[in-house]
Amino acid sequence: MRYKLAGFVAATAMAVAGVAMAADGPNDAQIAHIAYTAGNIDVAAGKLALKKSHNKAVREFASEMVRDHNAVNAKALALVKQLKVTPQDNDTSKALTKGATEETKKLSALNGAAFDKAYVANEVAFHKTVTGALKSTLIPSAQNAQLKALLESGLTLFNEHEQHAEHLATELK
Amino acid sequence: MNLRRFAPLFAAAVWSLLPSAPAAAATHTYTVVVDKMKFGAMPAEVHLGDIIVWDNRDFLRHSATDKGVFDIDLPAGKTVRMRVTKAGTFPFICKYHPGMKAVLKVEK
Repeated sequence: MRYKLAGFVAATAMAVAGVAMAADGPNDAQIAHIAYTAGNIDVAAGKLALKKSHNKAVREFASEMVRDHNAVNAKALALVKQLKVTPQDNDTSKALTKGATEETKKLSALNGAAFDKAYVANEVAFHKTVTGALKSTLIPSAQNAQLKALLESGLTLFNEHEQHAEHLATELK
Repeated sequence: MNLRRFAPLFAAAVWSLLPSAPAAAATHTYTVVVDKMKFGAMPAEVHLGDIIVWDNRDFLRHSATDKGVFDIDLPAGKTVRMRVTKAGTFPFICKYHPGMKAVLKVEK
């Protein structure tokens, strides 16, 4: 058990280090994978909210997340195809997926106002994490100019999402 | 003959979308580019009856919305024509991304 826990902590630390250290930052294939993974996670969360929530504002926000993140991911897929880059799985993507799986489990167990609050709070936190990673690591590490430009567009968009989620969170209090 | 004097005839109508109809004679057409989560420069001298072409070059769906006045859906990569039928100053946003803001000024 101790080994298992130690292994998990080490893997998480590596993943965080992968995001936090720009000097030895991820390569473009890994960045594309991280960005795409983060987008998919938020699309899935939005779809869950559309399935569970009856709150109009929450449903509108969730629709926006599904639409915007799908659009970003379509753009990212087209770009990697054009650049002939194969997105490369990595510890950061794995950590993101693992965290999202746990969050989905928690959210799935909630209903009504409790779900709405938890979903929106998670959206605030998730977008903060993603914008932080974009600013500190992903954008500075990106080598290809088109990929960098797409990440910069993503940063503007995700900042907007974060503000929208924060505003929604205050309405749900 | 200045057709602008007929503009008030349109003023009572709602802001109208013109998916394909050409601009009426003696009106001006202005293009507003929407890209990278921003509204581009707004035309300075818009008059009643003029046409605004919203050119959404972004890969995201946006809108130009002044709640209760106009609400123009701007699908990604599309242009949408709108005839101006009301004078005044209209601060508007993208309803999907409210951080996107601009002001449309319309003279009679």
